[in-house]
Amino acid sequence: MSAPEGTSRLSRQRIRSAWLFLAPMLIVLFIVAAWPLGRTIWFSFTDASLDLMSEAEFIGFRNYLEWVDFGDGEGAWYGLLADQRWWRSVWNTVVFATVSVTFETIFGLIIALVLHQQFAGRGLVRAAVLIPWAIPTIVSAKMWAWMMHDQFGILNDMFMALGLIAEPVAWTASPDTAMIAVLIVDIWKTTPFMALLILAGLQMVPEDIYEAARLDGVPPWRVFRKLTLPLIMPAVLVAVVFRALDALRVFDIVYVLTPNTDATRTMSVYARENLFDFDQFAYGSAASTVLFLVIALITITFIMATRMDLEGKRQ
Amino acid sequence: MATVELHKVCKRFGSVEVLHDIDLALDRGEFIVFVGPSGCGKSTLLRLIAGLEDITSGELRIDGQPMNDVLPAKRGIAMVFQSYALYPHMSVYENMSFGLEQAKLSKAEIDRRVRAAATMLQIEELLDRKPKQLSGGQRQRVAIGRAITRDPRVFLFDEPLSNLDAALRVDTRLEIAALSKRLPDTTMIYVTHDQVEAMTLADRIVVLNAGHVEQVGTPMELYERPASLFVAGFIGSPRMNFLTGQLAAAEGAATYGIRPEHIALSETAGDWPGQVTLTEKLGSDTFVHVAADGIGAINVRVEGRCDIAPGTRVFLTPDAAAAHRFDAAGRPIVRAAP
Ligand SMILES: Nc1ncnc2c1ncn2[C@@H]1O[C@H](COP(=O)(O)OP(=O)(O)OP(=O)(O)O)[C@@H](O)[C@H]1O
Ligand SMILES: [Mg+2]
Repeated sequence: MSAPEGTSRLSRQRIRSAWLFLAPMLIVLFIVAAWPLGRTIWFSFTDASLDLMSEAEFIGFRNYLEWVDFGDGEGAWYGLLADQRWWRSVWNTVVFATVSVTFETIFGLIIALVLHQQFAGRGLVRAAVLIPWAIPTIVSAKMWAWMMHDQFGILNDMFMALGLIAEPVAWTASPDTAMIAVLIVDIWKTTPFMALLILAGLQMVPEDIYEAARLDGVPPWRVFRKLTLPLIMPAVLVAVVFRALDALRVFDIVYVLTPNTDATRTMSVYARENLFDFDQFAYGSAASTVLFLVIALITITFIMATRMDLEGKRQ
Repeated sequence: MATVELHKVCKRFGSVEVLHDIDLALDRGEFIVFVGPSGCGKSTLLRLIAGLEDITSGELRIDGQPMNDVLPAKRGIAMVFQSYALYPHMSVYENMSFGLEQAKLSKAEIDRRVRAAATMLQIEELLDRKPKQLSGGQRQRVAIGRAITRDPRVFLFDEPLSNLDAALRVDTRLEIAALSKRLPDTTMIYVTHDQVEAMTLADRIVVLNAGHVEQVGTPMELYERPASLFVAGFIGSPRMNFLTGQLAAAEGAATYGIRPEHIALSETAGDWPGQVTLTEKLGSDTFVHVAADGIGAINVRVEGRCDIAPGTRVFLTPDAAAAHRFDAAGRPIVRAAP
């Protein structure tokens, strides 16, 4: 937005008012995003703890990785990057994000395609579909926790009645099913959001090309593959990035539904544990910092990868 | 022989009937134009023929075969949409070949057809472009090209020129006329509300009004012998003057119609004295609006330039042989042969 020499007064004025309009947002962003992030990164290089925040001292990379010599010729790696629990959390997070976003995209696409059709009561159905999204996460997690309860849960009751399972399953407590339970709740909750974003993309596709395709005799599946999908792809990809960003920092569902389970501990849960429960504020900050880097890396990679893919389609 | 026949075709949207008992028979290779005011059902009729809308009752035949329940792609028709309806993410070549791939044609045959159509419309150098990299006129050609590749029996156009500027519209109109000459066996059905397009392109014009066929005939038949007040007013520009009251009654009619070009204007003598209220100068013609004493507003067309000032007293003389008389129901009163 720098004004080249000789720009008119008018355009200088425009540039000035542009900055003026941007300023509030930049200030707010700095206060709520850049500043806390910077502080977190700073703390990750210190020995800060919750009650001794002001006396924090710089200790370099020791929170991340440190070789501790035991003095008897032996030693071991310590720090976040040497912590098995941390890498398990990273793995859990990536699995959660990948599976949930994949299913949400597929289901969202199907629901969006249905909602895009003309039928009686469509407005009502559209509103109804949004309900899971409108319920606060804590509430829906609690609700599902009850439905998945091993003794009183309706889920076990129904599955047993249908003969799908022989005995009650402790959905949230058993390590085998805990992740599945979290995924079910997240997919149930977030698919409507996905559907809505994709529906917006569908509504951008001009109607007339479908008529042209009818005259060309293109069967429905091919219309979807060759016309609808390529045309809504940009919208779908934006929705996927939105959701991936969200899923990679998942906290509330896991925290409420399956607290303290290795099988579902995500990066955010891990960071919070250290920050507040274990009184390792600096260590937790290091986890938060790496979490930020992991999310940034995955998102940037995804954006670049899909862009390449898109260009591949364009030849 | 008729290619397209409609027998008592009706179309209802819900409880609203928008087309009533349409009977038409279009000959092979004919250029047919549907005209009518906005909302009269032109597009709907075209879409019924295309198969994009279901026929509520009545029968549609193409080359003698009933078409009511035949899929659009199997009717041997091609359509050019007003909005072009090009596939935005495909190149011009793909836009033209996409439908053909569906018809299970060989790659070589598809390529041959696409290139032949591209040559015919002079869009060869655009084949690799996307629609959004084309001008409006070029998109229009691509849309026509896509229709040509289908090698249809019947070509349908829904107001194909309405998104083009005036100069391009004339050029494209001439190209469409040339196209129909090059495809003598292909029946063309062309929807427009522009009567210049209708008059210049059509072998026969179908005038629609509120879901009814008002009249079918050659452009000159419609101009010279309109079958109703509606057609008389709709065909011809500027509009025919309709005079009622005493003057019409004296002629034994409810309405007396005289076209602006069939009135002579004089500053010295004539049948109807009046006063000039306004002149519109087009260069080639001048339209003089006259308030005729005891008769009303009359529009007169004067060839060339006419610098007559508003307020001037003038005299008008109608060409009695070219006048039209209509009864109270709007039907023409046929002049007894002299
Ligand atoms: N899908 C539809 N549902 C209900 N009514 C419709 C539908 N399509 C058209 N109509 C009605 O049918 C009538 C004819 O419409 P149509 O589009 O055929 O008019 P048109 O002659 O093509 O007008 P224009 O010159 O403005 O394009 C209109 O009154 C319109 O409101
Ligand atoms: Mg129309």
